Amino acid sequence: MKKLTTMVMAGVMASGPALADLVIPDLSYRTGAYAAGGIPFSDGYQDYFNMLNQRDGGVGGEMFRIIECETAYNTERGVECYEATKGEGALVYQPLSTGITYQLIPRATADGIPLHTMGYGRTSAANGEIFSNVFNYPANYWDGASVIINALLDENDGSLEGQKIVLLYHNSAYGREPIRTLEVLSEQHGFELVQLAVDHPGQEQGNQWLTIRRERPDYVIMWGWGVMNQVAVQEAANIRFPMENFIGNWWAGAEHDVIPAGDAANGYRALNMNGLGDMPVFADIQTHVHDAGLAAGDGSNLGSVLYTRGMYAAMLAAEAIRVAQEMHGVAAITPAMMRDGMEALEMTAARMEELGAPGIGPEFSVSCSDHGGTGMAAMQQWNASEQEWVTLTDFIAPDDAVTQPLIEEDSAMFAAENGIEARDCAM
Amino acid sequence: MPDQLIFAMEVVANGLMTGVMYALVALGFVLIYKASGIFNYAQGVMALFAAMTLVGIQEGRVPFAHLINATFGTEIHHLPWHSVPALLAIALTVLVMIGLAWFVQKVVFHHLVGQEPIILFMATIGLAYFLEGVADLMWGSEIRTLDIGLPQGINTIIDETTFNWFGYGFFIDNLDIVAAIVAAVLVAGLVAFAQYTKQGRAMRAVADDHQAALSVGISLNFVWILVWSLAGFVALVAGTMWGAKSGVQFSLSLIALKALPVLMLGGFTSIPGAIVGGLIIGVGEALFEFIVSSNDIFGAVFGFTLNATENWFAYVLALIFLVFRPQGLFGEKIIERV
Repeated sequence: MKKLTTMVMAGVMASGPALADLVIPDLSYRTGAYAAGGIPFSDGYQDYFNMLNQRDGGVGGEMFRIIECETAYNTERGVECYEATKGEGALVYQPLSTGITYQLIPRATADGIPLHTMGYGRTSAANGEIFSNVFNYPANYWDGASVIINALLDENDGSLEGQKIVLLYHNSAYGREPIRTLEVLSEQHGFELVQLAVDHPGQEQGNQWLTIRRERPDYVIMWGWGVMNQVAVQEAANIRFPMENFIGNWWAGAEHDVIPAGDAANGYRALNMNGLGDMPVFADIQTHVHDAGLAAGDGSNLGSVLYTRGMYAAMLAAEAIRVAQEMHGVAAITPAMMRDGMEALEMTAARMEELGAPGIGPEFSVSCSDHGGTGMAAMQQWNASEQEWVTLTDFIAPDDAVTQPLIEEDSAMFAAENGIEARDCAM
Repeated sequence: MPDQLIFAMEVVANGLMTGVMYALVALGFVLIYKASGIFNYAQGVMALFAAMTLVGIQEGRVPFAHLINATFGTEIHHLPWHSVPALLAIALTVLVMIGLAWFVQKVVFHHLVGQEPIILFMATIGLAYFLEGVADLMWGSEIRTLDIGLPQGINTIIDETTFNWFGYGFFIDNLDIVAAIVAAVLVAGLVAFAQYTKQGRAMRAVADDHQAALSVGISLNFVWILVWSLAGFVALVAGTMWGAKSGVQFSLSLIALKALPVLMLGGFTSIPGAIVGGLIIGVGEALFEFIVSSNDIFGAVFGFTLNATENWFAYVLALIFLVFRPQGLFGEKIIERV
């Protein structure tokens, strides 16, 4: 009876007028081919906002209202979700797909709603002078490519001269993102870059791995997603490629990417833009959300790589809201105020510790011209026997001298194509 | 022997193995199309559903656990036993697929007898979405590891033998070898069933002329349930082999895309056609990719190379065959009388 009453009350509340003012749409994908990645991210994203609601009464006295919309990682459905939810007073969108991001950049900019494309989307959106409403902190794909090469330089006494590196990439706009950066770095550091594309969805990679077996590269870097990751890890194990020399980007380094290959995946490495480990904030989520029966999912993903990333994304959004409230002196902020808050965001080690998430990300600050953060990322390695990712390094910086000119060039091209006049951030 | 030739031989060997995997998917389409004239769009999803059910049963999971827990506030995930022996799990999954065949026939196609083929095709599209949703509700969206003892990794005997012959060891995946053996047994079994059993002969009779079969007392209902059950069993085999490679996950349903060029090439009505078509597509796309991605072959002539050609080349190859033989290599000849 108690359950029934609770359900009826929940139904009444859901159908009644909005009780909260900080509206956060969650463009999740819990169904379809990419659900395994979408579920933990969405769980982490929602659980953090719910935890703030339960523990602190929201932020600045305003409660969060989360509107979940299922995209199934489909661009058309993602745009439909945006159109269906923007009128609710949405403060910020996390599109969670490079395809959806490309569609939303002009729409969200016209509507004055900020986008946070955290470690995905259009890399050159880091240039805030051109992309006023798009933010991709703390890191972007070009940073990621540069961080991997910097890590390999460290391991090879500062030289990759004469080495052969294969880039195994998803044959899509997302997968092709790191190519230019790696080409520039290949010329700069004297390594040979071999590019191998894998067609969507990536279930069949036999030919690519035969090529890798013949080419005998020193390293394989992977820009994969979905089933491509699991198959690649299994194929690498099949040809006995040294797993520690196989490195994925941050979308190819979650638990579900390696578990299907079993022990053979041991030693596989991947980048991560967020830290891992037992953080105090997880205990708060457990107490205030999971134990209270308010978890967005079944509670099994708490602390996993993508859950932590989703939670980190929510944390950055909540912090930007707090900054916006302070800047404008109002608790019920508008999307335009949210944009201002995101542009003035500063994440320090002390603040992350205060939030119960020490080391969850690198220290960074956002500005009018820099919407991309420091671009730092850490290297992690899969321990198959313990079934866990182990962080190997501190956050490593990318080579800005390489990535910055590329960002400026690409964003200038976007501005010319779309008739956008660069903002004067010096003012 | 030149290196490129040795590499090409390895590519051909692997292409043959991949072709067998494609043929496994195509077989399910052929069985249903041959017996009922229905192009079953849901065959890929059936492979997904079968593989998910196999893993779910093997891990002792409670079907629809998320739904039950969300509705009643319970915390049920596993049955009292946490694992079921692989063979028993396979047998139970076969029973589930037979149940599904009965459901599909009774609920969907029983009501569509005599409808145009396009209507039946549309019904299978609906069935695909329905099954995908049911699979999600039953077992969840997480990626599951399929462990029924199938070997994986390089076959060392072939590696060492070819190394002794050519100075370069060929890579052949043990899983692909198992898949080839399973496919051979499956095809032999299907052919024997069709030739030597009463039910098989009834199935062939319906395939040839269902009105004539009906007039001699063959139950169309029974035969169609039988055919959908066999297609379900083939889907289980295909889902198991592909699921062992990538883990059991929702993208498994996309393996159907690989079966289409195989069917176009081999014909929709021939079991040997599915096998030969699969082998031609497997070898053709692998060899084409090898040639056009090679700096020493294609690159040396044209100054550039191509990559990731497998998906589109399979269709191009099938279309080339279609120009000369619209019914496919082994399809029944289309005779139009005016």
